[in-house]
Amino acid sequence: MNAHAFGGQLINLFAAIMLLVAFAMIAQRRVLTLIHLFAVQGATLVASTALVGYVTHQPHLYISAVLTLALKVFLIPWLLHRVIDRLSVRWDVELLINIPIMLLLGIVLVIFAFNIAAPIAQLSSSIARGTLGIALACVLLSFLMMITRSKAVPQVIGFLAMENGLFFAAVAATYGMPMVVELGIALDVLVGILILGVFLFQIREQFDSLDIRHLERLKDE
Amino acid sequence: MSGLGVFAQALEIAVALALAPLLTGWVNQCRAWLQNKSAPPLLQPYRMLHKLFHKDSVLAERASPLFRAAPYVVFGCMALACAIVPTLSTELPLSPAADAIALVGLFALARVFISLAAMDIGTSFGTLGARREMLVGFLAEPALLMVLFTASLISHSTSLTTIVDTLAHRELEIYPSLALAGVAFTIVSLAENARVPVDNPATHLELTMIHEALILEYSGRHLALIEWAAALKLFAYSCIGLALFFPWGVAQAHAPLAMLLAVPILVVKLALGGAALAFLETMSAKMRIFRVPEFLGIAFVLAVIAMLVRILLGA
Repeated sequence: MNAHAFGGQLINLFAAIMLLVAFAMIAQRRVLTLIHLFAVQGATLVASTALVGYVTHQPHLYISAVLTLALKVFLIPWLLHRVIDRLSVRWDVELLINIPIMLLLGIVLVIFAFNIAAPIAQLSSSIARGTLGIALACVLLSFLMMITRSKAVPQVIGFLAMENGLFFAAVAATYGMPMVVELGIALDVLVGILILGVFLFQIREQFDSLDIRHLERLKDE
Repeated sequence: MSGLGVFAQALEIAVALALAPLLTGWVNQCRAWLQNKSAPPLLQPYRMLHKLFHKDSVLAERASPLFRAAPYVVFGCMALACAIVPTLSTELPLSPAADAIALVGLFALARVFISLAAMDIGTSFGTLGARREMLVGFLAEPALLMVLFTASLISHSTSLTTIVDTLAHRELEIYPSLALAGVAFTIVSLAENARVPVDNPATHLELTMIHEALILEYSGRHLALIEWAAALKLFAYSCIGLALFFPWGVAQAHAPLAMLLAVPILVVKLALGGAALAFLETMSAKMRIFRVPEFLGIAFVLAVIAMLVRILLGA
């Protein structure tokens, strides 16, 4: 077996781990574990990006892997840790739908994503084209997570996980976006998380709670 | 059917019957070490079986023949399950008797009998245990079937010997679907064998026990048979797990020397697996019974994803 085929299998394995982590996030009640899972997802992303870069000899993917490592494995989880410490919201996450139903919805989303991605993947010549469906599924699962959480912090994590999924899709389908775009996105995410952090404190100050359903009442007052 | 095949089959059953209590003892010992307790001796399960076989068994007045027959049925099911899971050789004369799906049915048959027997006497604990056992069982079975289907998709057969033959003698290849299925299988086997996150095998606390509540009314040789059957079930599940996910070392047909080598390999693999099980049990806390559907739901989802990944990615 040559190194190329082995690399392809490893990428498939990482893709499966991404999907696994996405499901674990959906089924997770605790904010703290959610942050750990987000870091794990980031680490998987780093590994697969570096691997695609190595197999296809695309050095610019190394840079984006390092960028992802710094941002999504260390900096953002650390920031989130600080936020939940300062807000003291290590409590159990309140879910709008119970977990088994969410998991079944998740399966439906995965089948949907795989079906959508199958014709697109055939157009691509990338080594990791088979994983496009998984990347799309990760995006949709993060969407589901954002929809079904009523607290602000898990929603932020869902948003970040969605960005992870998009990044993975980009790597899988086209060997990553142009460097400028990648840098821009990385910066955007960082700025976004800072703004969301400030936003969280604001919500908390206004309503003494991070339940975003309080925001719906604003129009009456 | 060759003479060698018959020998392999006989050896496999003998090994299963002899090693199953040892595996239980080993897991208990590892668990005690990990929890900083003084460990029971490795041979403790044998001593307990010996003691129980020499005691009279006491029956409730209104016990029906079913109550008396159940231990033998359960023991028979588990022994047959151990006989058809290829652990030493893939040439087993008994293996056409049941494929992977029938194997799940075999476990279900044992479960039905033990639950009926538990309800037979009419004590509230028996009924409670039987209901919980059925709850766990009906959630765990589909997940187990999905895991077995994933392996069947890879090897294009539901026969366990063919699956192991294909998986063990292939080129080294990473199957993400098998990795996902492996996690699902671990969860299912924890639930099915009444291990810690779902049930605590060491407790007799009324409100939490499942397996112990089922066998509360049994004594003497009946209890011995059921305890032995429980050990055989753990052994069978460990062997299915090893056969699906770590099949290296199982002898092919017509290879008597490899078969003799397979015994020590199996013992080493079981020892490692037992230690891993004890570690898992120590790391996790017993969950509420209402969280069990969630836990097993995760196993089901993982197994379905494994199958989807196999079908759609071909990986």
